[in-house]
Amino acid sequence: MYRYVIRRLLLTIPVLVGVSLLVFFMIRLLPGDPARALAGMQASPEFIEQTRARYYLDEPLPVQYGIFVRDILRGDLGQSTFSRRPVALELRIRFPRTLQLAVTALAIATVVGVSAGVVSATKRYSLFDNISMLLALIGVAAPVFWLALMLQLLFAVNLGWLPSSGIGTWRHMVLPSVTLGMASAGLIARITRSSMLDVLRQDYIMTARAKGLVEQIVVYKHAFKNALIPVVTVMGLQFGILLGGAVLTETVFAWPGVGRLLVDSILRRDYPVVQATVLVLALSFVLINLIVDIIYAYLDPRITYDGAS
Amino acid sequence: MSTELESDLTGAVEGGEHDEQHEPELKAIARHLFKNRAAVVGMVIIGIFLLGAIFAPLLTPYGPTDTALGSSLQGPSLDHPLGTDELGRDLFSRLLFGARISVMIGLISVVIGVVIGVPIGAISGYYGGAIDLFTQRFIDIMIAFPGILLAIIVVTVLGVGVENVMIATGLASVPLYARLVRGSVLSAKEQTYVHAAKAAGIRNSSIIFRHILPNCLGPIIVQSTFQIATSILWAAGLGFLGLGAQAPTPEWGAILSRGRGYMRVAHHLTTFPGVAILLMVLGFNLIGDGLRDALDPKTR
Repeated sequence: MYRYVIRRLLLTIPVLVGVSLLVFFMIRLLPGDPARALAGMQASPEFIEQTRARYYLDEPLPVQYGIFVRDILRGDLGQSTFSRRPVALELRIRFPRTLQLAVTALAIATVVGVSAGVVSATKRYSLFDNISMLLALIGVAAPVFWLALMLQLLFAVNLGWLPSSGIGTWRHMVLPSVTLGMASAGLIARITRSSMLDVLRQDYIMTARAKGLVEQIVVYKHAFKNALIPVVTVMGLQFGILLGGAVLTETVFAWPGVGRLLVDSILRRDYPVVQATVLVLALSFVLINLIVDIIYAYLDPRITYDGAS
Repeated sequence: MSTELESDLTGAVEGGEHDEQHEPELKAIARHLFKNRAAVVGMVIIGIFLLGAIFAPLLTPYGPTDTALGSSLQGPSLDHPLGTDELGRDLFSRLLFGARISVMIGLISVVIGVVIGVPIGAISGYYGGAIDLFTQRFIDIMIAFPGILLAIIVVTVLGVGVENVMIATGLASVPLYARLVRGSVLSAKEQTYVHAAKAAGIRNSSIIFRHILPNCLGPIIVQSTFQIATSILWAAGLGFLGLGAQAPTPEWGAILSRGRGYMRVAHHLTTFPGVAILLMVLGFNLIGDGLRDALDPKTR
């Protein structure tokens, strides 16, 4: 187990370096002068020159990259060309909000998806199974921003039950997190169902039934835990997708998180913020995948042996 | 196994492929696919969209960008089956022409993903060693970005517009193909027909592209069907954020984004484009599910 975790941690290092390189080159690949991109389109010639000196843009690329990494490690992510505030400060305020949204969405998706998947598998081809799998298919296929608008129209505009946008109380959380969680719930339900069906066909389940165990114990004690292994992987992947999906959901619900910041910054050509936001989102995705892989190895001991050998 | 070996070696020696032997297999796949009700529903949905997109000019008297300010924001009627937008443009014709854009984005992004991702995955899996290590770390880096985020990065660098959306969604799908094909090649290269081809002195490139890859086509086709759906969703998302197709292009995500401003007075401008995206994505997903089952001998 420890060898696997260490190996997995070591494999993360080149990924982190690669992510930082990709973000570093993103600004430098933009057409035109990177100093102007980082200083802002309205910046004065003096400020552009200051920015050039600040980021060592006249130096060779390896030196520029070294400075870039050094600044990241110091927590200096540059300054917004729009608000002139440090980007790190902005992210410190906004990132927890996105995380809160993604975690709530994942919790909703897991509860709804796993429950629907388990019941569908145990009542295969029943009315519940057919309806829940149809809803799961629709959930996966529906564009998240459209779903957001439809829920907003129904629950905020027509019924007036929930606020249509903004933050403040738990009621503000409901629509954005339900919207964001819907697609993931659909996928988790489908994976749980097929994984449960696979497990329920195994010999040890037949043995448990032959021993005369109550069906609930067979399903929930013997089958459920093993069926969860692929579900955990999907949940980890979904978390990254939720962070990406937050870009769209936050835009519809005016949720002041990282996703909305990214879109606003792209539209304003506020490249220091774009760069830092992309970096933070990618790094959190890498970190989450790392955690999921470790949990996966814990749940499925076979992974440890494979990894160690 | 012996039949497979025989057919592949015959193909290798004669320089031709093995269509005749595979014909019954293709028939079995097609039969299984057409027996799958969900897949048939998917094919019907996509068929209707394709026919609508191809014959759009015959199905509606209005052009997608024809404005009529006197009849703006009208609800569905006989003249305008899905209503009109704020400039009096017919929503039905905009959605029909928009289907062309969505299908094109889906197909071209898949071609980009396949053309770049498949060779990377094949070479990585076949040669292994340092090449594999290097390409896999590169793929790890690409996978570190959620798909839509990767597409946003590419559009940020290249600029907005339909062509750049195709490139962005295509590049975002490269790591998926590379991973998929690498896995298939890793298992295929241990098969007897590959050892036989190597022993016969056939060049590595020929073994990869003429012998191994045709045997990995099934997973690639299934992945591509799902990827068309995903690319359509990503492209609509980019259009919605204002980073995709620009006005007056009738792209579904962009139509929905403009309609959002009139949601209280004309919700058909957000409802119908969303339903169109949902149905098209659902259609491709159903076909993908059906193809996956049809191509998997265990489920047949």
